[in-house]
Amino acid sequence: MAHSSPYASLTRTRASRVAGLVALGLAVLLLVLPAFASRGLIQDLFFILTMLTLAQFWNLLAGYGGLVSIGQQAFVGIGAYALFGTVILAGIDPVPALLLSGLAALLLAIPTAYFAFRLQGAYFAISTWVIAEVVRLSVAQWKSVGGGTGTSLPRSATGSMWFTQAIETLFDVRSAAARDILAYWLAVLLAVATIGGLYWLLRTRRGLALAAVRDTMDAARSVGVDAGRMKWLVFLVSAFGTGLTGGLIYLQKARISPDAAFSVTDWTAYVIFIVVIGGIGTIEGPIIGIIVFYALQTLLADYGSWYLMVLGLIGIAVMLFAPRGLWGLFSDRTGIELFPVRRRLTGGLLSHPHHPESKDHG
Amino acid sequence: MIWFDTILQGVLLGGLYALFAAGLSLVFGVMRLVNLAHGDFIVAAAYLILLMVTMTGMSPFLAVLIAAPAMFAFGWALQTFMLNRVIGDDVLPPLLVTFGLSVVLQNVLLESFSADSQRLPSGPISTASLNLGGINLGVMPLLTFGSAVVVIIALNQIFYRTALGRAFRATSDDPSTASLMGIRPAGIFAIATGIAFVIVTIAALYLGMRSSFDPNIGPARLIYAFEAVIIGGLGSFWGTLAGGVIIGVAQTLGSAVNPEWQILAGHVAFLLVLLVRPRGLFPRAVD
Repeated sequence: MAHSSPYASLTRTRASRVAGLVALGLAVLLLVLPAFASRGLIQDLFFILTMLTLAQFWNLLAGYGGLVSIGQQAFVGIGAYALFGTVILAGIDPVPALLLSGLAALLLAIPTAYFAFRLQGAYFAISTWVIAEVVRLSVAQWKSVGGGTGTSLPRSATGSMWFTQAIETLFDVRSAAARDILAYWLAVLLAVATIGGLYWLLRTRRGLALAAVRDTMDAARSVGVDAGRMKWLVFLVSAFGTGLTGGLIYLQKARISPDAAFSVTDWTAYVIFIVVIGGIGTIEGPIIGIIVFYALQTLLADYGSWYLMVLGLIGIAVMLFAPRGLWGLFSDRTGIELFPVRRRLTGGLLSHPHHPESKDHG
Repeated sequence: MIWFDTILQGVLLGGLYALFAAGLSLVFGVMRLVNLAHGDFIVAAAYLILLMVTMTGMSPFLAVLIAAPAMFAFGWALQTFMLNRVIGDDVLPPLLVTFGLSVVLQNVLLESFSADSQRLPSGPISTASLNLGGINLGVMPLLTFGSAVVVIIALNQIFYRTALGRAFRATSDDPSTASLMGIRPAGIFAIATGIAFVIVTIAALYLGMRSSFDPNIGPARLIYAFEAVIIGGLGSFWGTLAGGVIIGVAQTLGSAVNPEWQILAGHVAFLLVLLVRPRGLFPRAVD
């Protein structure tokens, strides 16, 4: 179709090509970083990358799917506990057990969606929270992984984890540092795969359908989009990714408790603020958001609860005065999109869309 | 007999949850807004009462009478200057703003009052009980339940017997048509939130006198309130009371079996109702 017509629908822009190259370079830099960087920097970057991944998945849910969940901690927690459960009870190596983290979250997402999709809007939001509480309270009854007080990954499992021996000899570091590097590399891969995967998804037909459902559900339905199926797709994908990230976060921490793994502040409030401040509904938004978030955390590290207060106030201010976030402000003024998903019609008579008069007087 | 006693205690506990929920139910009924900071405002009101009681030595019941108008004004201002700006077809902005408010409020309370548990002094009334045919009922739980019933009756009277209530219902049904009839929806919303904050203050009194509280317990109160509203059905005040009672009974029954199951049993009851009757037991509003 596109070949026979002088018109074509494109999503790429010059900025997006440059951004693609820069992203590729950045990914390579991040991968070789453990050769030079201190352990503290690696840990900080691990935190940044995993929070960024969680933010991207929440953004997929809320920003693209219109599903505002405040129960994502359910998937972080269940992913983490699936990892600890299989490592402690079945003796499986933690690295392959990460896949079970994603699968466990996916399994949990099915009944969660079944219940929560019965409610709309704000009630959907709180029902996801209730379900997260149910899972937290149930897991706290699971005595073989420490019940309410939690447990640690056994030394035998963390010491002989896949790849750690090789990392120890490669960088000449101790086992704990090698585990950090391994977790960091996995976080880099996960973040790159998440951003790349989301960008791909949003540019496919499904992505277009998703945007249509978000913008006007009725109009989308009238052109044949199955809105209910899109909601399920988005919910399951983001549960899987969130569970996988949860498993990875606790693989690095190596210590778990229900209150920490199912914390609404750590895994949902922070994530919401990252997305909202950066710009909801864009891939760039969470990236900007995580930078602001990390900068604030570093600046206000010594002020305890003031930090969350400031974060909350900024979140409210952004929602009131710049609902599309910092990236939205920037993008509106400059027209730059690094990960454009909008289709623009080009070719034929439109080939010089910005200077139509130059053709006439030419 | 022990089960009957447990269920009765649960019913009375439900009165407290209905008080938590009544404000939420009112605001949702009028403007389809869910204030995610609702539980934190209850806790904040409890601290306000505590502050008045410790500074002047007055009775908490008197403190509520003084705090209620102030809280009405606060709710009115919150709606006028903040929430009315984000209310609309998109559910995201009000959710995120009130979520932010919840986080800010918790940390302001933490910074001002520390994480220590507090309790409102309630005097001899907290331990007093009535013996009714072999069953001992605490005066405090009875008073809570009675207050919940009074609040529900008052809300129904306002809603169905006054000009203000007519404006509430008209705005709830169709804000644009209501505004053609000379009603200003923004003003109606502000009054509704003001009334919700009066109920929040009453809920705070019983929260503070019946158990200890700290800055972090708000979200859990929001969840109980939310469950009561959903079980009862959107827009029905008596339904909200019934919802509170169901959560209360489920919790006391759960804790009678195993004390660790108290909270879990309440949540499970909620999910069961959601499974069988997704629109609640007595739905009135169509959303």
